[in-house]
Amino acid sequence: MQKEKILSLLRLIEQNSGLSESDLAIMLETNEQGIHNAISTLEKSGVICGYHTLIHWDKVTDNDVTALVELRVTPQGGDGYEKLAEKIKGYPQVKTLYLMSGAYDFLVMVTGQNMKEIALFVSSKLASISEVQSTTTHFILTKYKELGFDLDAKKADERMVVTP
Amino acid sequence: MKELLSKKILGLKPSGIRKFFDVANEVSGVISLGVGEPDFETPYHIREAGIQALQAGKTFYTSNSGLQDLRNEISIYEYKKMGNRYNPNTEIMVTVGGSEAIDVALRTIINPGDEIIYIEPSFVSYLPCILMADGVPVPVELKPENKFRLTKEQLETVITEKSKALVISYPNNPTGAIMEEEDLEELLELIEKNNLLVISDEIYSELTYEKKHISIACLPGMKERTIVINGFSKNFAMTGWRLGYALGNAEIISQMVKVHQYAIMCAPTISQYAAIDALQNGEKEVCDMRESYNQRRRYLYHELHRLQLPCFQPEGAFYMFPDIREFGMTSEAFAVDLLNEEKVAVVPGNAFGDCGEGFVRISYAYSISDLKEALGRIENYIVHKRALML
Repeated sequence: MQKEKILSLLRLIEQNSGLSESDLAIMLETNEQGIHNAISTLEKSGVICGYHTLIHWDKVTDNDVTALVELRVTPQGGDGYEKLAEKIKGYPQVKTLYLMSGAYDFLVMVTGQNMKEIALFVSSKLASISEVQSTTTHFILTKYKELGFDLDAKKADERMVVTP
Repeated sequence: MKELLSKKILGLKPSGIRKFFDVANEVSGVISLGVGEPDFETPYHIREAGIQALQAGKTFYTSNSGLQDLRNEISIYEYKKMGNRYNPNTEIMVTVGGSEAIDVALRTIINPGDEIIYIEPSFVSYLPCILMADGVPVPVELKPENKFRLTKEQLETVITEKSKALVISYPNNPTGAIMEEEDLEELLELIEKNNLLVISDEIYSELTYEKKHISIACLPGMKERTIVINGFSKNFAMTGWRLGYALGNAEIISQMVKVHQYAIMCAPTISQYAAIDALQNGEKEVCDMRESYNQRRRYLYHELHRLQLPCFQPEGAFYMFPDIREFGMTSEAFAVDLLNEEKVAVVPGNAFGDCGEGFVRISYAYSISDLKEALGRIENYIVHKRALML
């Protein structure tokens, strides 16, 4: 499949991973086998890393707290950041981990049932890593938009029913 | 009261779309495929440019023909996209949507009794605007077997000594047809020989899918005798901003500005500032929207084909125009029945001219999930009807 089509495919399933291979084949003017092969190649090569459903947890449970934790670290040796990242991302509480430019080194997104649980995790697991100099924890109060999706209730179609 | 009103206006048929809108509006839970405008909101940076203009107090009239900066940008855009250079000072005027440009163009060129040839099926405004300007409408019925393109033979049969102008609109609403360079070239000899003006409504010019849009004004000798109409509604998803423009030779445009200045004064100022941003920075979104429409086009065409509804494969705009004659109903009866039975709104084809009878217009300016839901309902309807006919 040509590159342009692969990019279109990725953009489509990034927005809606529920589209069937046959729908994708029609929309991208190719065949199902082509889509199937392309997706499996993209999966194997790590371009497609998983299929995630974006859930607005606040709407179904009160026991879902997310915090962004900034870590300043002193890495040891040349691949110090990689080794540290390896260690931090192992914790199931860590949902997202980025190495950053700027005032701190790692940005860690952590989820837990309540603020206390997260605070405890940060102090006992993250702050206790010997390379970690300091941590700053920011709790998320309201989520408005995530991964490009507006988390407000789906907007109604503002258009009139029939127009020329 | 009627005796106090204009006979000409009383004689105009109410819009078929308006009539159907009133019906559709009464039914709840309708999935509509009846809308003639993009489902995308105006790109955010364009909206911001509008807000900034408002905050900066750009709340006054502009010159009649529009902001100089906007006309400059239109000139650059048209050159880049179509290839013609229009002088921003004399050959471009900014209007309230493409609709106003259609009306003004016709009023500017028509003397009572002049025959105006226009294609059908087509946008609902041409016929009434010709009548309101005291022209004589001469429709040419386009055929699916010609891909709804206007042929030289068809044009030849309707030309008389009174023919003044030809109105074409490609990419076409409601058929999705386009005309390619060689199709347009075929018409040139007749147009020149009979000294016709051309009004070319190119409001969907960015929305062609396999082939680039060609403006008839860019063919040899045609710039001088063509009034090009375009705008921001469809290409930049800016319907509610009401902004379009007309391009033509200075002599025509200066007369059109006169009509516009007395009727309208100028197009909305804030919209004009937003449009400058659209032309300067909107290219990426236009490409993204085009790609998305194209995916839906393939999907809808595939589904109509699967349902064995005969349909011309559209190459532009965002409509399909399937043939529903097998059901033995008028377009209107079909649309109303589909609405009542399955709560799906499509537009009866005769709203776009008498020869649209036997067809309905389906818009694909909808998300794939909406299209899927609507097509599921259409399938139920069709399967049921066909079973009854056995």
